[in-house]
Formats: sequence, structure tokens, C-alpha cells
Amino acid sequence: MAPETADVDLGEYKWGFHDEENPVIKIERGLNEDVIRQISAHKGEPKWMLDFRLDAYEIFLSKPMPNWGADLSGIDFDNIFYYLKPAEINARSWDDVPDTIKNTFERLGIPEAERKFLAGVGAQYESEVIYHSLKKELEDQGILFLDTGQALLEHEDLFREYFASIIPSADNKFSALNSAVWSGGSFIYVPPGVKIEQPLQAYFRINAENMGQFERTLIIVDEGAYVHYVEGCTAPTYSSDSLHSAVVEILVKKGGRCRYTTIQNWSNNVYNLVTKRAVAEEDATMEWVDGNLGSKVTMKYPAVVLKGERAHGEILSIAFAGEGQHQDAGGKVTHVAPNTTSVITSKSISKDGGRSSYRGLLRVNKDAEGSKSKVVCDALIIDPESRTDTYPYINIMADQVDIGHEATVSKLGEEQIYYLMSRGLSEAEASALIVAGFVEPITKELPLEYAVELNRLIQLQMEGSVG
Amino acid sequence: MPDLVIRNLHANITGTDTEILKGIDLQMSKGEIHAIMGPNGSGKSTLSHVLMGHPGYEVTEGEVLFEGANLLDLAADERSRAGLFLSFQYPFAVPGVTVANFIRMAVNAHRKGGPDGVDNPVRIPEFRKQIQEAMELLEIDKSMASRSLNDGFSGGEKKRFEILQMAMLQPKIAILDETDSGLDIDALRIVSDGINRLVGPNMGTLIITHYQRILDYVKPDQIHVLMDGRIVRSGGAELAHELETSGYADIAKEVVS
Repeated sequence: MAPETADVDLGEYKWGFHDEENPVIKIERGLNEDVIRQISAHKGEPKWMLDFRLDAYEIFLSKPMPNWGADLSGIDFDNIFYYLKPAEINARSWDDVPDTIKNTFERLGIPEAERKFLAGVGAQYESEVIYHSLKKELEDQGILFLDTGQALLEHEDLFREYFASIIPSADNKFSALNSAVWSGGSFIYVPPGVKIEQPLQAYFRINAENMGQFERTLIIVDEGAYVHYVEGCTAPTYSSDSLHSAVVEILVKKGGRCRYTTIQNWSNNVYNLVTKRAVAEEDATMEWVDGNLGSKVTMKYPAVVLKGERAHGEILSIAFAGEGQHQDAGGKVTHVAPNTTSVITSKSISKDGGRSSYRGLLRVNKDAEGSKSKVVCDALIIDPESRTDTYPYINIMADQVDIGHEATVSKLGEEQIYYLMSRGLSEAEASALIVAGFVEPITKELPLEYAVELNRLIQLQMEGSVG
Repeated sequence: MPDLVIRNLHANITGTDTEILKGIDLQMSKGEIHAIMGPNGSGKSTLSHVLMGHPGYEVTEGEVLFEGANLLDLAADERSRAGLFLSFQYPFAVPGVTVANFIRMAVNAHRKGGPDGVDNPVRIPEFRKQIQEAMELLEIDKSMASRSLNDGFSGGEKKRFEILQMAMLQPKIAILDETDSGLDIDALRIVSDGINRLVGPNMGTLIITHYQRILDYVKPDQIHVLMDGRIVRSGGAELAHELETSGYADIAKEVVS
């Protein structure tokens, strides 16, 4: 990759702009039962969903804040807006999207990416998905790709069978919060044997100050089917905090494969607290590619439960912690069935006082004999002010398993940069190249367009750090 | 004026009073082969890094002119683009960056801001041809080009790749810091052949070495003996053999008396 520095704002977050608000509905700040009833009523949901929400709200109130991981004491739940509907429609054509919002997504490059290489797109703005598309031929094959709220209304039986079956409300405080106030997200169903060649993408944009975004994603990959789902996200830069707390549940049935790629680039005033878990049945493969570049605090550990024999789970995690950021990321794998395999690869970069933590859990249940797992976590520290920690929890209850764990910490050395500079590269080019090389095991797994984007983002971050 | 002029060069380890170079004078031009020999700790490697711009050393006195311009004002990357090259004794690994991609970036860095300020990146087929020729010259297997730079390379492989980079960047003056150390006799011959082919009217080289072994293959025009931060003797190729038989200790005595 050749650095392109010509038209780059040095080290600045590019997506910090915001639009003027013109909401259809904006429920007052703070959370109580009435807010939840209002959300459910606006959506015209069946009663069971309202009951589900209210039950989850009780669980949210009853659970203490996590006392491990990142510092969450700055979250003021009373100051957050829990529901904001930006427009009346969920358009199938960009022409029907209000201009302000459409322009924002154009700046983010979504319609262009859609034309070039995507099978379908969902675009969420604040609490609601305002645009959705799926190629006609995919629709004809029985693939469902729609906003989760719409799926509840239009495919209630299918929805109810799987919703909250993988991540119950009580899983943790933030899954309970999401369950109480969820809105938007993607619902995907891929019928048996159908393989979607191009990725489906969802984009999540927060616009308002102190916004809370709580999308809920549910993906069902039926037997022998394949989907690659990609999500991106950004938000304006404000002086006070926003909250993003999603729940993503995935079921990959026998012989199916799902790849879920995230490029998280929230502005540095967003708390990003996300619960993601997939269940892989017999011979199924689940792959999480999880890139965390933005946010103030991220706590996110994509999980795979290897439930069927020979299921395979893979988690590639990359975290970039800059000034004022704490990325507490990693992955969790539970081997339930025999002869299951998993790989966790984590790469983190800390600079300008940023902190990144790898937190991983590998569990091999008693019956999961013959399972294999490999965990590799590498941390790169750019300067002495920054910090990295590793918390690898391993719990093996089965015999005859093959488990490997490696961890390295390296510092971006003055001498290594000097070596590259002695070949003619500038200091910024040299450090960006070292970092790009460090994350190459992850970027090589991304579709080209995203790999280029990720490298460009890293380059931007590095431009700001030397001088 | 010679292409490289070093005058009364003094240098410390950055941030300390530890003086390593205590007044070096040396002149050389393209087309010439000079060798600097000296015992361990005499300041040989320091001299090479001070010339290249290592941040761990600071120049306290003296000057270095490269084609008439003040070299010490330039950062390491600018010195490289001006035509200076250093083959490192201990090259660094860059995992995840292939040899070919890295060298192409370096070549393009040298082609940035041409005469009219326009970048002139090398065309890929042209680059591929050049690097293949250079790899053949150094008897490097083609498949090595797609490996990560210096990552898991043996000591001898790293040295060959340093010379490969030299061949691709075509410097005016190349400093070879202990390029012969860690090479077996076959590798030494291959690397030396490579150096001999590259040195010519457009390139000179300053070979820094502890042993005269490499000088049997690459014939120096001049040899300088460096001891305790100063050049204590200079002479022709015969000086190497004198050192080989009598050792640095005799010279040290001579210098003291």
C-alpha cells in the first residue's frame, strides 16, 4: 500500500460533522417505563414485545454496572436520548430519503459502495433505518434483509423463534438495556444452500448530541448457506457523551458459514458497549472480523458457541486506542461439541496515551474432546504514554484437546523507524508502514475496499502522532 | 571537491557526555572504494550511523558535506533521497510488509518530487524486471520477494537483502557496516560480486569492517584505521595485510609512541 497523503486532514476525525436536527419524534431525555411504552407504541408492536421490553428494563435496573473492564462511570443514563425518529420513511430508493440525511450518507460513501460492490444496504440514522435495499435476484431467492423492527411486523413467527434465543436480556446489563429500548438493526435470513457472493452492509450513523443508539441485529444462516455482513459506524464529535449499545445474535446452521465484519469508527465521545454472539451448528463456520478504531470506550468481545461437531469459529480483532480512548476488546469461544476448532487473533495498537486491552475467554466444555484452539494476541505500543493489557482467560474441562496461546507486546522503536527512513521514507510513512504491517494479518482478510479504508484510517491516525 | 567530505567530526550518544567520535576527517568520491577498519568499540558503527542520521547520536563539532551541501542538516530520509545509503549491521524486521512492496515504496520515495516537483512512481512491470535482475545477481530465490522484510531471515539473508536494497536505490555513496559479518564463504563471494558490479563511476562505497576478509574480494583504494574515535592511519590496500599479521595492538602502540 502506498500512502496517499495529498488530500488528508492530518490526524483529524473526518466524520465529526453533524446535520441540523429535524426529527419526527424525539422522546425526552432519560429512561423510564413510559419511554419504553412510547417506543413500543410508535412502532405498533405486538404486546409480547412490549412485555419483553418492560421485563428487560427491570433486569437492567437490577444489574449493577460491570466492575471490570473499562471505566464506565462517565455514563449518565439520565442524559441520553433513547429514541429519535429522524424521518417518516424507510425508503427503498435514495431519492426518497430527506436531502440532509441523504447527503450525509453520500459523504460517508454508502450509495457509491452500494453501486460498486454490495448485495444490499441498510442505513440507520439515530434510532431508525431510513434506507434499505436488496438486489432483486437475491430477494427472489428468498433472502430476507430488512430492518429488524420491520421484520418483527412482517415475519413475526420467524422473528419470535430466534429473537433473544442466543443473547437473553439477562446476559449482561447492556444486553438488558438494548432489549428494553432496541430500535433498528438488521434482520437477515439466508435460505438453505444460498450463498450470497457480495457482502450485505449496514451503516449506523448517530447525529444528535447525547444520542443513544440501540440497534438489534439477528442473522440466521440456514443449512449450507453463506453470507458476509459488514457494518460501519460513525458519529459527530460533541463535548458530551453518546451511547451505542447493540446486540447482535447469529445462528449458523449445519454446514453454513457467516462472516461478520465491523469497522467501528465512532467519534471519541461515544461509549460503545456491544454484545455479539453466534452459535455454530455442526460443520458450520462463524467468523468475526472486528475492527475498533473509534469511540471513547469500547467493550466488545464477539463470541462463538461451537455447538455442533466440527464447527469452526474464528475471531480477528483489531483495536486502535488513541488519545483518551480505551479499547477493551477481544473475543470469546466456547467449545461445546467434540472436534470443534477455533482461532482468536487479536492485534492492538496504543498511542498518545490510549489504552487497549485484550480480554478473551476460551472455554472447552467436558464433552468437547478433540477440540483445537489457538489464541494469538499481539500489542504494539507507539509511545511510552500509552498502555496495553492482556486478560486471557482459559478454561479447559475436556481431555485430549490442543490449545495454543501466544502473546507479544512490542514497542514502535525509534530505531526501526530510523531504519525505514534510511531508505527514503518519511517518519510518518515509516511508522504507518510498520503499523500497516502489524495489522496485515487482519487487513488481508477484509474485502479490498475495506482493507484500503482501514489502512487509510490507520494512516490518518499515524499522521497525527509524529511530527 | 570530493563527493563526501567529513571534517573534524565529533559525536556523542544523544543526551550524554559520552563522546564516541573524537574528530574524524575523511574524503571520498563516487567510483572509489574506501575501507574503515578498527577494533570493536573504536566507533566504526557509530560513524556509519552518524552519517546516516541515527537519532541516538548527536554531532557536537565538525561538518559533513555531501556533494557540497551540509548533510547534517538533513533527516535520515532526506539523506537517503540525496543519495546516501547504509547497509545495516543489524537490519530490522518489518512483519506484514513484503520485501517487494517495501522496496517499491522506497524506490518511489526516491522518485518523489522530480525536477518539476512531480512524483514519478515506478511502473510495476519495470520495477518487477529490475528487482528480479537484482535478485538474480545476488542469487536470491524469487519467492523471497513476497516474504515479510527481514522477518525470520537468517543473518546472511538479511545482509543480501541490504545489498538488494542498495542495488535498487542506486545510491551515490553506500556505507556497508559489517556487511561481511555472519556471511559464510559462498555468501561473502556472492555479496562481494554484487558490490563490485554496483560500484562504478556513479557509486562509491565505504566498507566498515573488523576483518580484512571482505577486502580480498572487494579491493579498496584506501584503508583507514579507526581507533578510539579517530582515524589513526590511512594507506593503500597493503595496510589490511599489515593489520592481519600484526593486529590492531601494534598500531595502537605505534600511535601512542
